[in-house]
Amino acid sequence: MTEKSASSTASSDTTGATPGTGTTTDTTGTTPNTEATPSAGTAPVRTGHGAADTTPDTSPTETSPLNGGPTHPVGLPVARRLGRRAQGRIADWITFAVLAVGGVAMVAPLLWMFSTSLKTKTEVFALPPVWIPEIPQWETYVRMWENSYVLTGFQNSFIVATSVTVLGTITCSLAAFALAKLRLPGRNAIFVGLLTGIMIPFPTLMIPQFVMFSRIGWVDTLLPLIVPAIFGNVIVIFFLKQYLENVPNSIIEAAKIDGASYWQIFWRLIFPIIRPAVSAQFILWFMMVWNDYLAPILYLNTPERQTLQVVIANMNVQYATQRDYPLIMAASFVALLPILAVFLVFQRQIIESVALTGTKG
Amino acid sequence: MARSSRLHQAEHRWALAFVAAPVLGYVLFTAYPVGFALYTSMTQWNGLGAMRFIGLDNYVRLFGDQYFWQSMGNTVFYMIGIPIGLALSLALAIGMNRAIPLRSMLRTVYYVPVISSLAAIAILWQWAYNGDFGLVNQFLAWFGIEGPNWLASTAWAKPAIVIMLIWKGLGYSMILYLAAIQSVPRSLYEAAELDGANGWQKFRTITLPMVRPVTFFLVVTQVIAGSQIFTEINIMTPTGGPEYSTASSVFHIWRQAFRYQDMGYGTAMAIMLGILILIITLVQFRLNQRNSFVLD
Repeated sequence: MTEKSASSTASSDTTGATPGTGTTTDTTGTTPNTEATPSAGTAPVRTGHGAADTTPDTSPTETSPLNGGPTHPVGLPVARRLGRRAQGRIADWITFAVLAVGGVAMVAPLLWMFSTSLKTKTEVFALPPVWIPEIPQWETYVRMWENSYVLTGFQNSFIVATSVTVLGTITCSLAAFALAKLRLPGRNAIFVGLLTGIMIPFPTLMIPQFVMFSRIGWVDTLLPLIVPAIFGNVIVIFFLKQYLENVPNSIIEAAKIDGASYWQIFWRLIFPIIRPAVSAQFILWFMMVWNDYLAPILYLNTPERQTLQVVIANMNVQYATQRDYPLIMAASFVALLPILAVFLVFQRQIIESVALTGTKG
Repeated sequence: MARSSRLHQAEHRWALAFVAAPVLGYVLFTAYPVGFALYTSMTQWNGLGAMRFIGLDNYVRLFGDQYFWQSMGNTVFYMIGIPIGLALSLALAIGMNRAIPLRSMLRTVYYVPVISSLAAIAILWQWAYNGDFGLVNQFLAWFGIEGPNWLASTAWAKPAIVIMLIWKGLGYSMILYLAAIQSVPRSLYEAAELDGANGWQKFRTITLPMVRPVTFFLVVTQVIAGSQIFTEINIMTPTGGPEYSTASSVFHIWRQAFRYQDMGYGTAMAIMLGILILIITLVQFRLNQRNSFVLD
């Protein structure tokens, strides 16, 4: 899959985002090349679930309306016996039933969290359990905004995540450009040296880093969370470098002959080419920083300076003693929403780049 | 010639400027802290006063520290979830590869726990594991099962956390497996069918070997991540659980260093953990290499 961008960029040099369109990993499912139905017969459904417990009582005629989007198998096989096809159809429905039950298990805790946030305290502790609150207590959310540090938590998390990812992405792209495309004595040694950094886990570094930052008075500020990260992330550099390896050197040489400076080459030529890779890494990185917990709890003590994850963790301790679970669940639920929204919007790109990072590794 | 070398020099300078930030970052925030940690681990220090050099005493103490070993044992226990999660997610991926209805919606549903904030998820599950009012036991009650008070029980607290970890990680492995399965050439399956292979044989001889690189990647990364498990433990069992039965190594290190201000000892344990992770990772790479020769 590595040669994907080379062909498209070779022909026209500054057409920008061309490599992105050629992404060949097809995990998105929106255009699957799978013709799973015909040959799959009894094939690889060894899910271990007996599958007999959930009989596919839904009639197979319902298939097409439920199939949202272009997930249909493309062409029908020429010579397949009807029996096998019907068998495949049934197996598909059994698979669907099993996966759907699993899907319910995936979302049920989150729905329960939301429903708990709208319950009264009495309903939370009612036996038998109340699944859906009689009168949704929306005022819990008002109370949460007014009486807690959720709002400042949002602000702080946003400051950290944005500055880390924006500045960090720039340093990473520049470094990837130099490491992939520029002449530099000891270039490979530098890259390998940087890679050794990944082998040292954060817990090993956290104590000395904490001591360093406390000596310069940065404890209880957001700086220890931001500053080390904007010097670049080796994993991001690694993926951008990989991506750049596919860009032919000739276009850079051509730009040099045209008298472009290195900065111009980066900004006008390289950055547009790696933009799809950059945005993928950007989103993944943003989510990682947003959800980070260990470093923030080391550094942030004052409630109004804490990031969202620390704020909700502290609320969990504080309000549990008052049995105010609706409030805790409201705050936690709200903490999930921004990333959930980002995910739902950029789903396709996120899943694609996750699959890419995994299969390249 | 002279001109060309001048051009090269300019290029070197620019290249150096472009890599300067990560190199500097590496020196300041990785290399220097590692050196500092090595020294700190040989001192007795509360983080503020004078450091007292005590040689390897911290490392000796570590070998006799039952809580350290207990936390190591707990950390290893949590890794039971890795093979279970991988098997389940491979099964899911195979299912998702079929032409089933609502496929992309299902994929999204399985992925939601992956992107969700770990802190929020831990808070949710802590409450869901509540003995009387939690979702888990209320669900079990439908089947007439009386669930334990999960997180307060020495027997059930760790399994409870493992279940949560599997739930949260399933979607990620599934996506990687799905990508790998979709890149297997159809012709392989067709050839196998001509040879009369059944579904299980096709799975054993084609699917499983073809997704092996992904399995390897997932095992290595999940073992590395698993040995650093902290957030879930810190939130769900703030004291390390009943009789310290849920404390992970990082939890124990964090507690020694930042609760009891025992920086020297905490660092020694952190270095030990780093070395263990490194060794385990190298062994995995080694085994992987050897096995792929057998495969060829």
